[in-house]
Amino acid sequence: MTRIRPNYEDRVSAEKPEETIYERWVGGLLRYIDEEKNMRIGVYVCHCGGNISEVVDVKKVAALMGEQADVTLARDYEHMCSEAGQKIVLDDIAEHNLDRIVIAACSPQFHEKTFRATLVKAGLNPYMLEIANIREQCSWPHFDYPDYATLKAKDLTNIAVAKVRLDEPLGSKAIPIGKRVLVIGGGIAGIQASLDLGDAGFQVYLVEKEPSIGGKMAQLSRTFPTEDCSACILSPKMADVPANSNITMLTNSEVVSINGYVGNFEATIHEKPRYVDVDKCVTCRVCEEKCPVKVPDEFQEGMKNRKAIYVPFDFAVPYRHLIDESVCLRLTKGGEVCGLCQKVCPHDAVDFNQQPRTHEIVVDTIIVATGYDVFDARLKKAYGFGKYENVINGLQMERIISCDAEGKPLRDIGKRIAFIQCVGSRDEQVGNEYCSRICCMYATKLSQLLKRADPSREVYVFYTDLRSFGKGFEEYYKRAQDTGVKFVRGRPAELTEDRKTKKITIKVEDTLSRQMLESEFDLVVLSTGMVPSQGTESISKILRLNKSPDGFLREAHPKFKPVDTLQEGVFVAGTVQGPKDIPDTVAQASAAASRAIRLMNQGELEAEPITAQINEDLCGACGTCVSVCPYDALKLVEKEEKKVAECNEVLCKGCGSCAGACPTGAAQQKHFKTTMIRAMLDAALGVDATPGKEA
Amino acid sequence: MNNDDNYGNNVPQIVAFCCNWCSYAGADAAGTSRLQTKPHFRIIRTMCSSRVEPDLIMEAFRKGAWGVLILGCHPGDCHYKNGNYKTDRRIRLLRKTLAQFGIEPERLRLDWVSASEGARFTRIVDETIEAVQKLGPLNLAVPCEVIHE
Ligand code: FES
Repeated sequence: MTRIRPNYEDRVSAEKPEETIYERWVGGLLRYIDEEKNMRIGVYVCHCGGNISEVVDVKKVAALMGEQADVTLARDYEHMCSEAGQKIVLDDIAEHNLDRIVIAACSPQFHEKTFRATLVKAGLNPYMLEIANIREQCSWPHFDYPDYATLKAKDLTNIAVAKVRLDEPLGSKAIPIGKRVLVIGGGIAGIQASLDLGDAGFQVYLVEKEPSIGGKMAQLSRTFPTEDCSACILSPKMADVPANSNITMLTNSEVVSINGYVGNFEATIHEKPRYVDVDKCVTCRVCEEKCPVKVPDEFQEGMKNRKAIYVPFDFAVPYRHLIDESVCLRLTKGGEVCGLCQKVCPHDAVDFNQQPRTHEIVVDTIIVATGYDVFDARLKKAYGFGKYENVINGLQMERIISCDAEGKPLRDIGKRIAFIQCVGSRDEQVGNEYCSRICCMYATKLSQLLKRADPSREVYVFYTDLRSFGKGFEEYYKRAQDTGVKFVRGRPAELTEDRKTKKITIKVEDTLSRQMLESEFDLVVLSTGMVPSQGTESISKILRLNKSPDGFLREAHPKFKPVDTLQEGVFVAGTVQGPKDIPDTVAQASAAASRAIRLMNQGELEAEPITAQINEDLCGACGTCVSVCPYDALKLVEKEEKKVAECNEVLCKGCGSCAGACPTGAAQQKHFKTTMIRAMLDAALGVDATPGKEA
Repeated sequence: MNNDDNYGNNVPQIVAFCCNWCSYAGADAAGTSRLQTKPHFRIIRTMCSSRVEPDLIMEAFRKGAWGVLILGCHPGDCHYKNGNYKTDRRIRLLRKTLAQFGIEPERLRLDWVSASEGARFTRIVDETIEAVQKLGPLNLAVPCEVIHE
C-alpha cells in the first residue's frame, strides 16, 4: 500500500545553519531541516519474510500510517534491510524529498545502524530515523492475538512517527587520538601487550609496582603441559622490554590517579626510591654480602632469606639492587647507623637521600593487567596452613622444584606427598564460587614432576573434579596417571598434625569407591586458587571499572568484547579479568593490544552524539545534575555573570541521568528530550497529539 | 492505544519504560524466544532507567495509563555505572507521593531485567497487567491539571 501526498515546495534548505556548536558534523548533514516548513516523513513497514506479515496485517498498518499528519508516504515491503529495501528508501528520499524516516521492522539493535547509514547516503542526518520494533514486540510475542498485534504495530509505528517529528539532527565532536598507551602491571600479560604495542610503533609506558617486571610467571618452575622451564621462556621476553625503544618501563611505581577520557587520560604515577643509582650499580653483589639484615624473600615465598639490599631475583629486569626501606637499619633508624653497603660499594651507587618521584603522563588508551593474588590459605582454617610446617601452597612447591638449582629453597619434601585441590576455589565457605582454572593442571604437573624425579615417592592428588579442558591437557593428565600419581576423588574435611613427627594425616571419603581413607603424609600441598589482586581493587576505583560478582574486572561483553571495558579506551588483559592460564593470558594481552591499536590508528574518534544539553536560561545552578553525573561531565561555570551548568560533551556518555533529575528541565538529553518522550507517551496512550491539536 | 479491540473493552494500558542496554534487550529476548505475553503494553525506550523523571510517570497516568512499568538493568549492571540506583531511590519516593494523588502505588512497578532474561520480562509484564486489571481504570482523586503542574 503506497500513499503519496502532493509534493510540497522544497522544505529542505540546502545549507548548514551558521551557528553550529559542533566542530564537525556527523556525515550527511548537508541539509538542515527548516522548522518553519512542513515535514515529510516516510514510513516503511517490513514483512520480514513472513516473520511479521504472517501475524501483523502490514498492508493495513501502512494504510493507516499513510493517513497520519506529516506522513508523506507509507509503504510495506518484503525485506526492508535488503539492498533492494534500502534502495526504495534512497529513491523515495530523492524523489519525494523525504526528510525523516520511520522503519517498522525488527528491533533497532539489528538494523538501526544499517538504516542510519542509508540516511547518510541519501544526504540526511542519521538521527532523523526511528525504528518501530514490530517483530520482537508484536508479531513474535503476540501471535495468539493477531488482530491486537496489528493494532499494536500501528501504535508502535505511530509512536515512532511522533518521535521522528521532533527528532533533531545530531553531530558530534571529533576527539583526536594519539599513539600513547599506559600498561598497568608488568606480569606476562603486561609484558606481552607492551611488546606488541612497542613493536607496532606505539609509545608505551609500562608501570609495575614491584621492583622487577615478570609477575607470578617468573616464580613458576615449569609450565603445563609442555613442561618448558618458566624462567627460560619468560626471561628473554622480559629483556626485550627495556630493549624496545618505544617502551618506557617504570618499576617500583604505582598509578595513583587517572583523570580524563579516551585520547586524553592524565595519569599520575608514584615511583618509590630504590636508594641505589641504577645507572651506577653493576650488580656486583658486594653490598649484599655485607648487609647485616635478613628478611624472608618474597620471590622464594618466604622459604629463604634475602638481605635488606637485594636484587629481586636472578633474571630481574632491571637487574639492579635496591634497598628495602622498611627493614634497612639506616633508613628505619636514621643518622649514621650501619651504612655498610654504601661503604663497600665500589661504584658509589648507594644513595640514602633518594626521594620518591612523581611522573605525570598523558596517554590515549590504557591496558589494565594487574594480575591476581594467590588465595590466602590461612582462611581455610581446617587445613592448618601457616600453622603446620608441612602444609604449603602450590606456589611454594613451584619454588621448591624450580629449575634454578642453586637459588631454589632447599627443603626436605619426604616420600609421601599429597595435593589438595580447590583450596579457595569452588568453595562458598570462603566466598569464592568460581573455578580458578589452573590448579588442576598445575597439580597434575607438580605431582608428576615429583614422581618422575623420584619414582619411589608416593604422590596423591585429592580432587573435586579434574578439569583438563585445554589443548594437550587431557593427554597430560593421562601421562601423570601413567607415571604413577594417584588421583583420588574427595575433598578432605580436615588435616591433623602429629606433634612429634610433624607428619600430616588426611581423612577423606573417596567419593568414587565410597570408602573412608585415612593416611599420613610427609608434605601436603594446597592447590590454592586465584583471587583478584590488591592492585585490581585500587585500579578499579581509580578508573571506575566494573567488577563481576567474583571481584575480577568485568569485560564489556563476555562473548564479543572480552578485552574491552565499558570505559572507552580502557582494556583488560590476563588474570585481572578472571582466572586463566598462561596461553590464554598471552592471547588476551595481544587481543587487548590490537583493540587499543584499532582505536588509536583511527587518528580521531567520534564522541557520543547523544549527550546532555543545558538550557542556560532555565538553569538555576542548583548542581543536582553535577551530583548525579556518573562521568563528571557536568560542571557549574560562571557565564556572563550567571552561574550555570555546563556539559563536557567528550566526557558525557549520554545516560540522561541529569535530564531525569533536573528540577527545571534545563538539563536535557539530546535525542531523548522531555518533549520527545512526552510525544511518544501521547502516541502510546492514544492522545491526539497532531501538532497544533493538543489542548 | 485503542480500547475497543476484539478482546473486550476496557483493556488495561501499560506504559513500560525500558533502558536500552538490559531491559529493552530482555524484551527482545522474550520476543525472539516467542514467549507469549498479554499485548496491552507499549514500550518506550530510553538509554538508561535514570532518564525517566517522575514527571513523565505522572504524565503517563494523567493521560490515561492504567499502570507504568520502569525496567532497568540489575543492580550493579547499569551501563552507566549507577543509574539504576538513582532510579530506585526516585521511584521509592514517587510511590509514596502517588497515594496522595489517589493513585494506587501498585500501578507503578520498578524491576530489573537483564538482556538474557526474556522469561523474566514476560512474567513481570503479565503480572503487572493482571494487577492493574484488578484495579481497573485509573480514577484520579485529584484533577489532572493539578498533577501536571
Ligand atoms: S542502563 Fe539499564 S538501568 Fe542504566
